[in-house]
Amino acid sequence: MKTEDTAHNEGPSAFAQAAELELRGVSKLYPGQREPAIKELSLTVPAGEVCVLVGPSGSGKTTAMRLINRLIPISGGDILLGGESVLEREPKALRREIGYVIQQIGLFPHQTVGENIATVPRLLGWEEKRIGERVDELLALIDLDPAEMRTRYPSQLSGGQRQRVGVARALAADPPLMLMDEPFGAIDPINRARLQDEFLRLQAQVKKTVVFVTHDIDEAIKMGDRIAILREGGVLAQYDTPQEILTRPADSFVAQFVGADRGLKRLALTTLAELKLIEPNGLRPDESADGARRVPRETSVRDALSTLLSAGGQPLTVIDGEGRVEGLVTLTLVEQLLSEEAANANANGNGNGNGNGNAADGG
Amino acid sequence: MASVSLAAAGPVIPDYSAQSSSCVVHNHLFCTDWISHNFSPILWPALRQHILLALAAVAIGFAISMALALAAHRYRRLERPTILVTTFLYTIPSLALFELLVAPVGPNVFSAEIALVSYTLLILFRNILTGLRAVPAEVLDAAEGMGMSRRQALWRVELPLALPAIVAGLRIAVVTIIALATIVYTIYDAGLGVPIHTALGEGPFKTELIAAGGLAILLALLSDALLVGVQRLLTPWARTRAS
Ligand SMILES: Nc1ncnc2c1ncn2[C@@H]1O[C@H](COP(=O)(O)OP(=O)(O)O)[C@@H](O)[C@H]1O
Ligand SMILES: [Mg+2]
Repeated sequence: MKTEDTAHNEGPSAFAQAAELELRGVSKLYPGQREPAIKELSLTVPAGEVCVLVGPSGSGKTTAMRLINRLIPISGGDILLGGESVLEREPKALRREIGYVIQQIGLFPHQTVGENIATVPRLLGWEEKRIGERVDELLALIDLDPAEMRTRYPSQLSGGQRQRVGVARALAADPPLMLMDEPFGAIDPINRARLQDEFLRLQAQVKKTVVFVTHDIDEAIKMGDRIAILREGGVLAQYDTPQEILTRPADSFVAQFVGADRGLKRLALTTLAELKLIEPNGLRPDESADGARRVPRETSVRDALSTLLSAGGQPLTVIDGEGRVEGLVTLTLVEQLLSEEAANANANGNGNGNGNGNAADGG
Repeated sequence: MASVSLAAAGPVIPDYSAQSSSCVVHNHLFCTDWISHNFSPILWPALRQHILLALAAVAIGFAISMALALAAHRYRRLERPTILVTTFLYTIPSLALFELLVAPVGPNVFSAEIALVSYTLLILFRNILTGLRAVPAEVLDAAEGMGMSRRQALWRVELPLALPAIVAGLRIAVVTIIALATIVYTIYDAGLGVPIHTALGEGPFKTELIAAGGLAILLALLSDALLVGVQRLLTPWARTRAS
């Protein structure tokens, strides 16, 4: 019993405290440019939350990231990590404390997976024994078999595996902050969805403060506790929870950016588990549960609606992990949810900040 | 008939006096007994000198080229002038360069080494610089973003990744220098060029020419194979492509 308990408990407790990140009036003007790439950007990411920076190409997302770990010099304003200005830190020491993941991953091709993950611990001068343990712990965390994967070279991995190793490498020294610049941008849609789900599971365990860059609004809605929408010129258009942004876009730019289907996207934020399902015997006479399709409770309302429509409006049976029937979902129920949300929105109700429940078609 | 008596008269072939076999006396193409008698007094010293000449030239050339390539890697504008000068050195006909150096430096090992080294620079400089430049930008970005210093990135990332290109340059340089070192004899009495030159004056007797020339070729091939082996040992990651 001891082994299972410690393995399970060590996870979260082994990780250092996440730190709050605050950008205060940050500006960046590249030499020789007339317009700033970032203009007076202010936002605070609470410790342990995922902030997604989203915006069209050229809106300064990458620039904002590289200002935070001081890969490029700041032109104005201040950046605070855990209440301390990063501008007062020695850049190399600062970067060793900030996990950094980029779209092209940048694994070292001449080093094994184990050596890649050990990069920052080595720079920090950890003992070899501790490094070895940490590498195995991280490989297990990203679902790669340590014994098999530790000695492989990056060229012997699939694209998805490489990206996961990139994340593990960034997590190696237990940084209080992770910067991820379009980390899944180069992965095919199916594997991207898997990596997203995996990262959310991982984040639930490690609870880092994460700045996650993407140009894909769907990814932003899925990954973010909060979303910062940037427009050209690095101007912050809106910084809010996914629910709020979908319900109340700040202006026409945001409305256009999140898309005309933002009502549907909002449905993606809620899972069937969060609904008050209909008792199996509580159907109206014109509805029948005979031969109904079964969907897992983790399904998003959006995907359930899609299934409902393709089933010709017949109710769906919602089941839990063991296949037990939890209740039924019907078009009427979805309608109810929509009108409740609309009422909430008008009453200035607070959106649900947790936009992370949507592992569709989990069965 | 005449040639037999000429060979038997003995002024051209050193040290075969009483032991001369009928093979040597009759100028057969290749006389193994000549080899066994002359390996330690003639061939081995020449081979050893040849190895030392080539090794010193490649080592010195490598050190200079590495320094130049690192400088040009950091300061781009150094590349063109360096290419210009090393290309110029590379294009000077070798015999001329040897002779040119004798006047200021003297007919000694220094002249020989300066000439040999100058022929390695273009090859090595280009290959090292190409190798360093071929390191993917995102790999360097990751190295810097994780908190490596410039020096750490150079030693831990750039040089290891440039290794295949560097070894490729070394292989060309080594083979070139081993061949070129056979004409060092024109200004300095050392290397396999000495017995080759002697053999050319030996008329129909070909054993010494074949032996010395063969040794030069063998040395080049073995050195090349050695470098391939070293590279395989040092770059296990390069062998695992696309599995
Ligand atoms: N090194 C640079 N020098 C000059 N301008 C740059 C540099 N890097 C980015 N920019 C400019 O800054 C703006 C923001 O770029 P970037 O941060 O890469 O945007 P994003 O990541 O959102 O696509 C763009 O207009 C880009 O051309
Ligand atoms: Mg970018």
